[in-house]
Amino acid sequence: MTTVQQPVQPQPKAEARETHFSSKRVLLTIAVILVVLFSLAPILWQLLTSFKTNQAISAVPNVYFPRPDQLTWQHYVELFQRRPFLNYMFNSAFVAVTSTLLCLAIGTPAAYALARLRLKGERIILGLILIVTLFPYILLFLGLLEIVRAAGLANNYLALIIPYTAINIPLTVLVMRSFFLQLPRDLEDSAKVDGYNTWQMLTQILLPMTVPALVTTGILAFIFAWNEYIFALTFITRETMKTIPVAVAQLGGATLFEIPYGPIAAATVVGTLPLVLLVLFFQRRIVQGLTSGAVKG
Amino acid sequence: MAKLELQNLNKTYSPKVIPVKDVSLTVDNGEFLTLLGPSGCGKSTTLRLIAGLEQPTRGKVFIGDRDVTNLPPGKRDISMVFQSYALYPHMTVYDNIASGLKLQHMSSNEIRERIRESSGALGLEELMGRKPGQLSGGQRQRVALARALVRRPEVFLLDEPLSNLDALLREQVRAELKQLFEAQNTPVVYVTHDQTEAMTLSTKVAVLNRGDVQQLDPPQRIYTHPANMFVAGFIGSPQMNLLHLKSDGKNAVLGDYRIPLPGGFTSPPDVTLGIRPEHVRLAQPGDAHSFQGRVFLVENLGMSNLLSVQLPGSENRTIRSLLPADRPWSQEDVTLALPPDAIHWFNTETGERLSNNTRPLVSNTANSTPLADSNPRL
Ligand SMILES: Nc1ncnc2c1ncn2[C@@H]1O[C@H](COP(=O)(O)OP(=O)(O)OP(=O)(O)O)[C@@H](O)[C@H]1O
Ligand SMILES: [Mg+2]
Repeated sequence: MTTVQQPVQPQPKAEARETHFSSKRVLLTIAVILVVLFSLAPILWQLLTSFKTNQAISAVPNVYFPRPDQLTWQHYVELFQRRPFLNYMFNSAFVAVTSTLLCLAIGTPAAYALARLRLKGERIILGLILIVTLFPYILLFLGLLEIVRAAGLANNYLALIIPYTAINIPLTVLVMRSFFLQLPRDLEDSAKVDGYNTWQMLTQILLPMTVPALVTTGILAFIFAWNEYIFALTFITRETMKTIPVAVAQLGGATLFEIPYGPIAAATVVGTLPLVLLVLFFQRRIVQGLTSGAVKG
Repeated sequence: MAKLELQNLNKTYSPKVIPVKDVSLTVDNGEFLTLLGPSGCGKSTTLRLIAGLEQPTRGKVFIGDRDVTNLPPGKRDISMVFQSYALYPHMTVYDNIASGLKLQHMSSNEIRERIRESSGALGLEELMGRKPGQLSGGQRQRVALARALVRRPEVFLLDEPLSNLDALLREQVRAELKQLFEAQNTPVVYVTHDQTEAMTLSTKVAVLNRGDVQQLDPPQRIYTHPANMFVAGFIGSPQMNLLHLKSDGKNAVLGDYRIPLPGGFTSPPDVTLGIRPEHVRLAQPGDAHSFQGRVFLVENLGMSNLLSVQLPGSENRTIRSLLPADRPWSQEDVTLALPPDAIHWFNTETGERLSNNTRPLVSNTANSTPLADSNPRL
């Protein structure tokens, strides 16, 4: 507005425009706050509940802003002292990490092959993979149960690791394939001319550029495995091998009719925290445009 | 250092897609061969066959005495500059340039020495620590060049390395390229669809069309002796005038005029007269062939004016003439002369060149100097 010299600049009009502009901003801010509140409210409520004393939790009317004497660490202490919660966390972490790594290790080469090789029936393969991702995984449950029984895998981490890996592979393949497709092919050709053999090319040229996509798909696979409930509930019955979702669901009160809101909330918070930390930690790695500069765009 | 030889190369993707039909070439030490042709004519495919990035369906590639047809690209001792530069985005400029040498297990001292040598000429010292993302297009292009040069390969391959640069920079880098590669006593194969690059850089040009070599000659000869109508129309800007004419055996018929055909061959019934706009000049008294025509379009190209002239006669024929800017002409009607020795004759049906006139290149200045030696046959 100021760089272009205009002979007559009607002042009121400019002002009107500015107020219009700022009212737009205000609306936008309000909308953002509402959306954030809407999505964060349940989590914030859980967080609050996990720190409130039992009395404060059951108080009517609801305690939104607890006094200091209504706050307590007790629920957390209880989680780790009265129950093997560290153990549950280890189980979850082990199963989730292993299945995620396996999933990436199997899915990424497959995706690369699908992106780069001219395979016969490539469309059919992709179509099948897509159909698998659309298939509700719960429906696999009964069949898997039979298999687990027949293979004698009950109460074995493998009973969870294998299905989690399998369920996540189609998504991994699809996401990684579209990533490979947009990587310039010249880079690989250039590496070949430079004398990299296939393995060196994959590990030294391709892999460093693939990290953001690997992290993104890895996080998705990890979250699924971390949160999965049905398989974990049925295939694992031994107490020391249970994962967090199952353990949280089985937190019981002293009596049948008492629901231990506090410990459940605390367990939820503890169970969610690793995911939040994971995303925050890798957020920096998910840098857009890591490939910029490879080719003139 | 060794010469590069292609023997009957063919690449067939499917019965309908045959980007390289039958290409045989040799490029000697110190020769700069340009593959020139329109988009999709198989230039890049030919280059990739030489590099080993594609396997030929038939034919062989030799570097020196080695048959490299079945060797992987890394074992052929070639380096290649890609149109997109293809720098490794996660490595610094230094590592990019060094990557090929490191794979040859060269000592880091020697690598440093070599890089200093080749990057000094390209002005890259300041940029060694940067990542490709932090470079301008021209700088990336230089890094790509340095990466190729530093390897000191037996053959250099370049695929349209200048096409991503803006016009001004392109001209500058073109000149640098010429000097750089003149200093290397190595075969260079350069792909471009820009004829100026082909003309200025190469010692030999192969004009490709639809997977076949149309002509393989030094740039000068490609310009003065196009082997067929495709080359004639493709090389030269503005494009050569091509007039399809009937022939009565001895003369080509243009309206009321008869233009004698040179002897030495039996004339087909349909011939094509080709003459470059820069050779069509305003007639002077005593000119053998002059035509009255009406100017209907003038394009000012700065250095010269491009006149589009309608020739008399029932057919709607036009001919374009390039006149120096300081050369006046009567606004409407002009009389144009077609210097007989600047005329190229082609068989319309086959497109092949008919005559064999061996005449030195006539430049723009010829327009203002009367031709001393007219072709005696005419
Ligand atoms: N992998 C492939 N599979 C099938 N056809 C291909 C393949 N690669 C190239 N072609 C075809 O071969 C022909 C020649 O391609 P090429 O890349 O050699 O053209 P070019 O001369 O380099 O053109 P440009 O100037 O546009 O780069 C094109 O018609 C192209 O579609
Ligand atoms: Mg090309």
